[in-house]
Amino acid sequence: MTAAALATIRDVVQRRSGIAMAADKDYLVAARLEPLLPQLGVATTVALADRIGRQNDARLAMLVTDALTTNETLWFRDGRPFDLLRDVVVPDILERRAAERELRFWSAACSTGQEPYSLAILLAEDTARLAGWRWRILGTDLSATAVARAREARYSQFEVQRGLSAHRLIKHFSKDGEAWRLKEALRAAVELREANLLSLPPLGPFDAVMCRNVLIYFDVPTKRAVLDAVAARLRPGGWLLLGAAETTLGITSAFTPHPEHRGLYRRA
Amino acid sequence: MPQCLVVDDSAVMRRIARSMLEKLGFDCTEAADGAQAVEAVRQHAPDVILLDWEMPVLDGFGALTALRAEPWGRAPRIVMCTTLSDMERIVAALEAGADEYVMKPYDQEILADKLRAVGVLD
Ligand SMILES: C[S@@+](CC[C@H](N)C(=O)[O-])C[C@H]1O[C@@H](n2cnc3c(N)ncnc32)[C@H](O)[C@@H]1O
Repeated sequence: MTAAALATIRDVVQRRSGIAMAADKDYLVAARLEPLLPQLGVATTVALADRIGRQNDARLAMLVTDALTTNETLWFRDGRPFDLLRDVVVPDILERRAAERELRFWSAACSTGQEPYSLAILLAEDTARLAGWRWRILGTDLSATAVARAREARYSQFEVQRGLSAHRLIKHFSKDGEAWRLKEALRAAVELREANLLSLPPLGPFDAVMCRNVLIYFDVPTKRAVLDAVAARLRPGGWLLLGAAETTLGITSAFTPHPEHRGLYRRA
Repeated sequence: MPQCLVVDDSAVMRRIARSMLEKLGFDCTEAADGAQAVEAVRQHAPDVILLDWEMPVLDGFGALTALRAEPWGRAPRIVMCTTLSDMERIVAALEAGADEYVMKPYDQEILADKLRAVGVLD
């Protein structure tokens, strides 16, 4: 792969997704794209760079971005954020929204759906507190492929074992050939759509948003722009949950960190 | 060091499980069928048992039922670990007192996660 082709590909991916790929990851770009060339319908990476760069082929650019971004996710990832939702966030929202009796959540880089569906499982099991309440979850992601998979809600045996207990598996899934499919009731509780964090449509307002394990890929100005855009879609006092390696500190004052719980923030 | 009893009639499967468990900080003993497993539990009182289903002499489900009928002071955690992956089996195992269920093939991450879920790993 030539240096010029690499530079074009890096630039297109960064403009589309915000993901800054360091030059020392160049070997990764080649390793991921070269096997895909036949499927993408181009002969060489130089031709590929030309199509997505000079010729502006949006469909190819999307496929390349997909191939170069990680969709790695799992059920109840890291555990703690979901405990915080149950123990801190939900009780607070129940108080604030007692008049409307409605909760709205957003999973802002939902990948193949494990994050919004984990939240749906958590809420569905919280029957005592949520009786008589309406709750809705929106999941969005840049990747059309990931969003389509999330809508399908069909997971391999490997995927359903990552973070999901056997008790929850038998309660909320049915077996579908070799795969497992989330039951209709929970699928219906989660709306899924494509959305780019760099150019968000009007959404919300939400009571809480999970924006996890995506900011890590952005440079600081992009992080700031995304966090401010997320804040604008939250209710005043609404909650933000970030990934373990992410923070708003030093980036934006749109959020205040929770004094006791790392990873939990509130719209200022 | 937490103790794990690895029960599988395949020596290869036992070795794979054992190497993952040792990396996770477990001390392992092995049994090749359900009857040996029940005996080993009486002797070693492990913290957790990784229990295959299809085995000669006494199968994993038989061992599970037998172990749950014992008058334990401190019952071991039991994680079924089998290629059987139909809903009916999983339900039956959980109802008979299994704490978790791993479907083969699995990897160390899945195993660690299940061991955490049953409270024998931090
Ligand atoms: C590592 S996954 C994290 C999934 C999930 N939030 C979690 O924590 O498990 C990162 C996701 O961010 C998505 N993503 C990357 N850039 C994005 C952007 N600009 N807008 C929306 N989603 C983006 C990717 O498609 C991918 O699905």
